[in-house]
Amino acid sequence: MNETGPRLLQGNEACVEGALAAGLRFFAGYPITPSTEIAEICSLRLPQVGGTFLQMEDEIASMAAVCGASLAGAKAMTATSGPGFSLKQENLGFAAQAEIPCVVVDVQRVGPSTGMPTSPAQGDVMQARWGTHGDHEIVVLSPSSVMEAYTLTITAFNIAEELRTPVVLLMDEIVGHLREKVTLDAAGKLPVVDRDKPSCPKELYKPYGPGQGRLTDVPPLAAFGEGYRFHVTGLTHGEDGSPTNNPKVGERQILRIVQKIASRRDELARFEEISMEDAEVVVVAYGGTARSAKKAVRDARAEGIKAGLLRVITLWPFPETRVAKLREMGLKAVIVPEMNMGQYVLPVKRVIGDACPVIPLNKVAGQFIEPKDILEAIKGAM
Amino acid sequence: MAHPLEKYLRAGKLPHIWCAGCGHGIVTQAILRAVDELQLDTEKTVVVSGIGCSSRAPGYLHFDTLHTTHGRAIPFATGIKMANPELRVIVVTGDGDAAAIGGNHLIHAARRNIDLTVICFNNTIYGMTSGQYSPVTPGGSFASTAPYGMVEPSFDLCTLVAGAGGTFVARGTTYHARPLTNIIKEAIKHEGFSFVEALSQCPTYYGRRNKLRAPLDMLYWYRDHAVGVSQWEKLTDDEKAGKFPIGVLKKVEHAPEFSRVYSELIARARERSEA
Amino acid sequence: MRTELRLAGEGGQGLMTAAIIFAGAAAEYTDLNAIQTQSYGPESRGGSSKADVIIADEDIDYPEVDHPHFVVVMAQEACDKFVPTVAKGGTVIVDSTYVGSVPEVDARVVKYPISAKARELGREIVANIVALGLLTGLSRLVPEEAVMKSLLKRIPKGTEELNKKAFQAGLEAAKQVP
Repeated sequence: MNETGPRLLQGNEACVEGALAAGLRFFAGYPITPSTEIAEICSLRLPQVGGTFLQMEDEIASMAAVCGASLAGAKAMTATSGPGFSLKQENLGFAAQAEIPCVVVDVQRVGPSTGMPTSPAQGDVMQARWGTHGDHEIVVLSPSSVMEAYTLTITAFNIAEELRTPVVLLMDEIVGHLREKVTLDAAGKLPVVDRDKPSCPKELYKPYGPGQGRLTDVPPLAAFGEGYRFHVTGLTHGEDGSPTNNPKVGERQILRIVQKIASRRDELARFEEISMEDAEVVVVAYGGTARSAKKAVRDARAEGIKAGLLRVITLWPFPETRVAKLREMGLKAVIVPEMNMGQYVLPVKRVIGDACPVIPLNKVAGQFIEPKDILEAIKGAM
Repeated sequence: MAHPLEKYLRAGKLPHIWCAGCGHGIVTQAILRAVDELQLDTEKTVVVSGIGCSSRAPGYLHFDTLHTTHGRAIPFATGIKMANPELRVIVVTGDGDAAAIGGNHLIHAARRNIDLTVICFNNTIYGMTSGQYSPVTPGGSFASTAPYGMVEPSFDLCTLVAGAGGTFVARGTTYHARPLTNIIKEAIKHEGFSFVEALSQCPTYYGRRNKLRAPLDMLYWYRDHAVGVSQWEKLTDDEKAGKFPIGVLKKVEHAPEFSRVYSELIARARERSEA
Repeated sequence: MRTELRLAGEGGQGLMTAAIIFAGAAAEYTDLNAIQTQSYGPESRGGSSKADVIIADEDIDYPEVDHPHFVVVMAQEACDKFVPTVAKGGTVIVDSTYVGSVPEVDARVVKYPISAKARELGREIVANIVALGLLTGLSRLVPEEAVMKSLLKRIPKGTEELNKKAFQAGLEAAKQVP
């Protein structure tokens, strides 16, 4: 701990380092491959900084405890994989509805159901977006490297705190279990954001108040025990947190939890772009698969083929503006490699429309998409 | 003149949603009387609930209050207590919430002996969804999903929690309102996991289908079948048949409380990491 | 320059640890880049297990090992499965304590009774470190001192002497290879 200089770190370890750097003080989880190292390291490290690690009786309880701890003022996180992510969905929706900052890490493995516990996949992309019921927005970040597992976990906490929302760190087994050379101090002291606290008289506090009255505002959040004595519910509610059946009040609440994120789509969008300026074929990739895509694009360039990579880091909200710009490039094709049957290709297709062919490249059952697979697709599109 | 308990209510949120004749108001009042008599700090007291009729109570109470998802009040409360052990956390739940969908959380919180006070408003029926049977609906009773009578055996919640390691277990009824207040007071004062089963009548969905239509019918039923625990111990098995004990059924003093145990773990971990 | 290495055997033989020590040596004590990956079945003991390492003086994008330049096998099943993946002209290091027949490959094959040597040194549990010594000596990718530092950082306190002996034995064995 507090080691400087280069280290060989695992993605799951780097995630915990990032969480601690962001101020993590509460972790509740349940053992599940391939995310278990995150819980194990938290059990060792959190008490050393005065924080709490709980191994709960199940995944549902873990997500519930995270919400409770966050309302009591602690920065809180849980980590899981596919089956556990399914179980967390109801309380993930509670966090979205009740506007509780927290981070949920999903290290994806092959599904559906128990699937292949030790093999990588990217099949939870749509679940991360739509896994809980009802209309909501959610922020989902996907790291491609161990270093990014560190920096993006910090970012995830910052967004959660700033927007009072759950943020999903969508890793995959490739990145979660990969050990890579990283120098954490090279990232410098990354900014850490803490949630806004109310400054009004206690009796006037509205936990879901309108601020200056805009739907995009994020109301400040008091902690339980600070004397504000406020109500939190999963029911559709008004500004004071009390349930409502009034459609006007309810609509405003739902619009606000959607708009506070949707309106920030562009500022939340994060990418890495490689050789995009003059690209004729663009690969849109994320997570572990983007590593193969990067190699494929470099190999293509070495052969004189004008390929580019748009690596998407913020998967949701969908980066409409950036992807829409691909329409203007006169591309021969957009290729979307994914370790699933074709999930992220759907919104890419929606935005690209008929501007150029959008080609899915898919593998399942734990098989890697290799650089040569993508290179072949690039050549096929030229 | 204001009611002496009004300061604990969000008066603007009344009237409550409970039916006429429902026992939940009596249990809620017993909780507030206990809070008042113990002079709890209202700014350091959190009330957490799940889903169901009883779980609507926190919305009317002027504390930090959290109305969670079905069955999950106890793990939400666990997160609150462990993130800030200074807080006093009271969980309000029902028989479906605590014993069916939330049964796993109930036994594990009892096992940990975490300092939560769980008050289960037991009306032996799912009232919010209009009268389906719960894990404690008495055998032979009718419910909207038991049109031929309840055929499943039922849980004895107090025995369940005591068996799982809860260090304070008690039962009361809405007929015995004053003793119920005293039980809840004792439960709140207890450091460790405390569980109070408060039998509460549901004339609308339980009574109507089970020949106990008038609210008073059920209160009299409690009067006629409940036996104080000191009396209960003197009864023969034959005399116990059809009756149930009320009062404090289990109390273990000075058992290690979980948030305290964890604070000590933190101290050990810090010492070791500094060494 | 990118060199791929693969260590394979049964779960419990400590090959993952050996791979982490080797990759850690390159990452933490040299300017080289290194990554380490693993694949395994549900078993912690028994079952087949493989740990891969890539050492490079450039960015390592694609993390998978296809045709390793160095393959260490410490069980027959692992030998049958992974020796044929060795790159042409590569090196195969075989624990002859447990591996009888080695598939025909276009690579240098080094047979050494790794586990038996570890037993002779005191405990078979350090067979992985004997293998690490052989791999360090034969691959010449990472300086011995770097691997030794990484080793001492990653093993349980109180086992330093035995592990050092095991590592030295592996290095010695490598020197005997023509």
